[in-house]
Amino acid sequence: MSNFLTSSIGKKVIMSLSGLFLIMFLCVHLSVNLLLLVGPDAFNAGCEFMALPVIKVIEPILALGFIVHIVWASILTIQNQKARPMKYAMRSQSQNCSWPSRNMYILGALVLAFLALHICNFWFSFKFGDITDHYELVSTTLMQPVYAIIYIIAAILLGLHLSHGFWSAFQTIGFSNQIWRKRLEYIAYFFAIVFAVGFSIIPIYFMIFGK
Amino acid sequence: MADKILKELTLKIWRQKDAKSKGEFKTYKVHNISTGTSFLEMLDILNEELVEKNEEPVAFDHDCREGICGTCSLFVDGRAHGPDDDVTTCQLHMRRFQDGATITIEPWRCGAFPVIKDLIVDRKAYDKILQAGGYVSVNTGGVPDGNAIPIPNAQAEEAMDAAACIGCGACAATCKNSSAMLFVAAKVSQLALLPQGKVEAARRAKAMVAKMDELGFGNCTNTGACEMECPKSISIEHIARLNREFLKAKLKD
Repeated sequence: MSNFLTSSIGKKVIMSLSGLFLIMFLCVHLSVNLLLLVGPDAFNAGCEFMALPVIKVIEPILALGFIVHIVWASILTIQNQKARPMKYAMRSQSQNCSWPSRNMYILGALVLAFLALHICNFWFSFKFGDITDHYELVSTTLMQPVYAIIYIIAAILLGLHLSHGFWSAFQTIGFSNQIWRKRLEYIAYFFAIVFAVGFSIIPIYFMIFGK
Repeated sequence: MADKILKELTLKIWRQKDAKSKGEFKTYKVHNISTGTSFLEMLDILNEELVEKNEEPVAFDHDCREGICGTCSLFVDGRAHGPDDDVTTCQLHMRRFQDGATITIEPWRCGAFPVIKDLIVDRKAYDKILQAGGYVSVNTGGVPDGNAIPIPNAQAEEAMDAAACIGCGACAATCKNSSAMLFVAAKVSQLALLPQGKVEAARRAKAMVAKMDELGFGNCTNTGACEMECPKSISIEHIARLNREFLKAKLKD
């Protein structure tokens, strides 16, 4: 394992594994969020579950997952930029690869910007504020059109990031071949749509039915 | 049927005196080009005119001109080997272009492939990667009996597909990260799939990846642009195999 972590493939494996870990977190996050559509009691119960000690232990690991994913993405992006000191005058990349696959770092950065806002909106208040009715805070925030629109855009950006990220993670760890490549691509699109639609439904719901 | 004639074409070509000079685009006009002319023949016509005018002809790489040697390169109108899929630049024909078009021609742009002159780049980096492990170092003897070593047909086909790589450099040239993964993957895959090469698969994957990193190629982000531009349509499934071989080898270390 000597220089595995400094090799190009090693660094990408770190991106891949941290990315897959973050996708698992997103699954939990979306499941709890969708309780908002069931009603205040269900969501508040979900929030109580998230305050259990087990979850508290996972929290720093999750933060570490984000940091690793962001730091390694930056290292790889800088290296990739350096690998072509002289740029092309003309490029038609739309002819040979998808837009999200070319713009993963930008999409990631935008999702990170949203994450900062999202933490300010809810996480701080949940964690340090003295809030009993979590549902109330979410509904009053998302009923404001500005926030609702930002949350919807962020969900779409996340979906685009995952539409490439999910299958790419499996390709990097070598789990792909002639048969599985198509399957993984379809699963990636499925996840992308589930997360984009799942996270967007909530602000849309509050904009329409919130009171 | 006679070929159509393109009355006038404008060529924006990268001119660079030598490796150390700073290059620039120069604009040239060529007239009355038959659509049956190959792209490189069109450049030959331009060069003849330049020589007659006592100007320096445009330097570009070419050899077999039938798509099997991997010598020609060129980034034409923003794409490696031009707008056609699955062909090298020498197989690209002028029927692909409209009369009056402006065509931008650049050399491969990749830190590991420095420009030597005009449109010619130094692709020794690929040779160095091969020298690091892209071979079988044991004497495999004479031709064995036909069925002495059974190899499933699918596996033989896949190895053959990977072996189609002509090392032209389009993968690294077109990759937004200048990654040479498709080239390395093709070489690793071709040998790892067959009995003679399998023995050294672990050592080969480690050595070739290490060399690729050392030479300053970028990191693959699985965009798939390389397989689209590869004149031999080598699939990025071979990259998955390279990743697998490399991980297996490193886990055993």
